[in-house]
Amino acid sequence: MEKRVTFKGWWLPLLLILPQLLITAVFFFWPAGQAIYQSAFIPDPFGLKTQFVGWGNFEFLLEDPYYLASFKTTAIFSLLVTIVSMTAALWLALMADRIIKGSGTYRTLLIWPYAVAPAVAGVLWMFMFRPNVGLVSWYLDRVGYDWNHVLNDGQAMALVVFASSWGRVSYNFLFFLAGLQAVPKSVIEAAAIDGAHFWHRFRTIVFPLLSPTTFFLLVVNIVYAFFETFGVIHTITAGGPQQATTIMVYKVYADGFVGQDLGSSAAQSVILLLIVGILTIIQFKFTERRVHY
Amino acid sequence: MKKILSRFLLVSSLIAMSLPVSAATEIQWWHAFTGRLGDLLAEQVEKFNASQSDYVVVGSNKGNYSETLNAGIAAFRAGEQPHILMVFEVGTATMMGAKGAIKPVYEVMAEGGAAFDPDGYLPPVKGYYTTPAGEMLSLPYNSSTPVLYVNRDILKGAGLDPDMDLSTWGMVDEAMDKLKAAGQECVLTTAWQSWVHLENLSAYHDVSFATKDNGFTALDTELAFNGPLQVAHIGAMGKWAKEGKFFYAGRRNEGGANFRAGECAFFTESSAGYAGVKSEADFEFEIRPLPFWPDAEGAPQNTIIGGSSLWVMAGHEADEYKGVSQFLSFLSSSDIQAKWHQDTGYLPITIAAYDQTKAEGFYGENPGTDIAILQMTGKPTTANSKGLRLGSFDQIRGIIDEELEAVWSGDKTAQAALDNAVQRGNQLLRRFEQANR
Repeated sequence: MEKRVTFKGWWLPLLLILPQLLITAVFFFWPAGQAIYQSAFIPDPFGLKTQFVGWGNFEFLLEDPYYLASFKTTAIFSLLVTIVSMTAALWLALMADRIIKGSGTYRTLLIWPYAVAPAVAGVLWMFMFRPNVGLVSWYLDRVGYDWNHVLNDGQAMALVVFASSWGRVSYNFLFFLAGLQAVPKSVIEAAAIDGAHFWHRFRTIVFPLLSPTTFFLLVVNIVYAFFETFGVIHTITAGGPQQATTIMVYKVYADGFVGQDLGSSAAQSVILLLIVGILTIIQFKFTERRVHY
Repeated sequence: MKKILSRFLLVSSLIAMSLPVSAATEIQWWHAFTGRLGDLLAEQVEKFNASQSDYVVVGSNKGNYSETLNAGIAAFRAGEQPHILMVFEVGTATMMGAKGAIKPVYEVMAEGGAAFDPDGYLPPVKGYYTTPAGEMLSLPYNSSTPVLYVNRDILKGAGLDPDMDLSTWGMVDEAMDKLKAAGQECVLTTAWQSWVHLENLSAYHDVSFATKDNGFTALDTELAFNGPLQVAHIGAMGKWAKEGKFFYAGRRNEGGANFRAGECAFFTESSAGYAGVKSEADFEFEIRPLPFWPDAEGAPQNTIIGGSSLWVMAGHEADEYKGVSQFLSFLSSSDIQAKWHQDTGYLPITIAAYDQTKAEGFYGENPGTDIAILQMTGKPTTANSKGLRLGSFDQIRGIIDEELEAVWSGDKTAQAALDNAVQRGNQLLRRFEQANR
C-alpha cells in the first residue's frame, strides 16, 4: 500500500510549487521557446535585421554531411564516456566496499576529482598530453609510442573520452557505493554459505540488485556526455583534428559563437532538445517497467 | 554621536568635492588584451587620461578576440554597447555588415574635429580597414605580419652557415634536408597555419584568396584558395610533414612553445611573437622575411596583416564621440605608436612612428625588427594583397584548419583538402550573404 499525503484545496500546493515553476519558466521554457522561435530565422549577429526561412535552417543542417557526422561522433563519444566512467566507478566501488581499514580515506580521495571543473580538468590533461612537450607524451615517446592527438583522430577521441570520464568516475562511484551498501548482507551471506565465490555472487546477486542504480547512471552519464563535456573538448581539442571530436554541443557553440550564425545554432539547439526529451522518456518508461523490485 | 555625525559630514563633503572630477565623460573601451599587452594598453589609457580632464577612458578586458567580439555583439543587442570595441581582423566583414551598429571612424573623426590624417597610416595596414573608396571604417590598433624565425644555434650545430640565404622555400627545403640528415628532430613548425600558409601565401604571390578582390568589392564573393600555387605550397608542406621535417603543433600558436624551447630550427609566426621569443629563448635567433616561391610571377608581393582594429559603436552621445575622436587621435600619435611598436613587435601603424623608430636607432640595436615593415611595404598593394574581407571568416579559418590537418596527417591530398575547404567555406559565405542582404 502506498502512503499518500493529500492537501485540501489547491492554493497551498500551488503556492509551494510556484518558485520551482517560476525558475523553470524563466530558465528553461523562455530560452527554449526563444530557441524554437529563432530557429525559423536567419538573423544578422547584431539583431538589426532578420529573415524568415521557415524550416530552412533545419533543411540546411540535415543536408550538411558534417552535421550528420557530428551525430555519429556524439554517439561514439557519449557511449565511450559512459562505459569507461561507469566501469571504472563500479570496479572502484566494489573494491572500496570490501576494504575495512582506511575506507574513509579511499572514498574521499576517489570523490575528489568531481570537484574539478571540466574546463580545468581539460587544461590539466591538455598539458600532460601535449605532443613533444607534455609529461605523458614525453614518456610515451621514450618507450617508442608516438603520441600526437593534434593530428591523430583516434588518440584525440581517446584523450577527450578519458578526460571527460575522469571527473565523472567520482560521481558514479558515489552512486554505486551507495547502491552496494543497500544490497542486503543476508542475501550475500546466504550465497557465500552456499559456496558462491566473490565474482559469482557479484554476477548473480549484486549486479542485478544494482540495476536501478546502473540504469539511472546510464541515462545521467549520457546526458552529461552530451552537454557538460564542452569545457573539456574546448580546452583539449577544440573539436579537432579535422572534426574528429566535434560533438553536437560543440557545433552549436562553433556555429553560434564563432560563426555568429544564430539561426543555425538555434536549430541545432532544438534538435538537441528533442534528443534529450526522447532520452528522458526512455528513462522513465524503462525505470517503471523493467528495473523495479 | 557627535563624532559619528561629524564623520558623516566629512565623508559627504569629500564626496561632494570629488563630484566635479567624476563629471568627466566616460569612454568605455572593450579589448582582448591580458598580460604584458594588457599592461601596455593600460599604460596608454592612463597617459591619455592624465593628458586632459574632459574625458576618462575606461579599458575593460572581455576575454580573447572571439569573446570580446561576442561580448560587444551581446551588449549591442542589450543596448549597453561600449564606445570602442576591439575586433580582430577576421571580424572586419561582420562589423562592416553591421550598418547601424557601428559609426565609421572617418565620420567620428570628421565630427569630433581631432587631428586625423588617413594618409599617415601604412597603406597595407590602412587598406585592410577602409572601403574601396578609401574611407577608414575602423582604426588599426595592433597589426603584425608573418615572418620566419631562425634558430641560429641549431644551424651552426648541424654545420650549416647561420647566415645562409633562406629567402625562398626551395632554399629552406634544402636546409631542412641537411638539418634532418644531421639528426635534427623538429625542423620547421608554424603558428596560425591558415593565416601564414594560405592567406599570406596568396597575397605574397599576388594570387587571389577569394573572388571580388578578396571580398572587398561585393558580398557574393567566393573562396579561390584552391589554385595551383596554393595547392603546390600545401602539397609541399604535406610532403615535409610526411618526411618529418614539418612538425604540426596545433591550430593557434602552440608551435611557439617548441621554438622558444629551442627544439625547432625554423618557425613561421607573427612578427608580434618577437617579444616572447626574445624573453624566453636562450639561443641565438634571427628574424628573416617569409620565404616565397620564386617561380611565381610577381613574388614576393607584400604580406598582409593580422591583429585588430578599433570600431566605434553606434548609439552614443555626440559629446562622447568627441572624446572618442580625441582618444583615437591620441592613439595614432607617433610617440604612442613608436613605443607600442618597439615594446611589442607589432607594426607601427603610421609612417611617422616608423620614421621615429628609425631615427631613434631601434632597428640598428634590434636587427630584424624592421623586416616585417619592409616585407609589407616593399611594393604597392594589389587587389590580391590589400587584405581579406570575408564573412564568417573566423569559422572559415576553422574549416581550413580541419582540412589542412587532413593534409598533414596524410588523409587527403592538398588539392582534395583545399577544394573541400573552398566548398565548405563558400556555404558559410552564402549564409553570411543571406543574413546581411
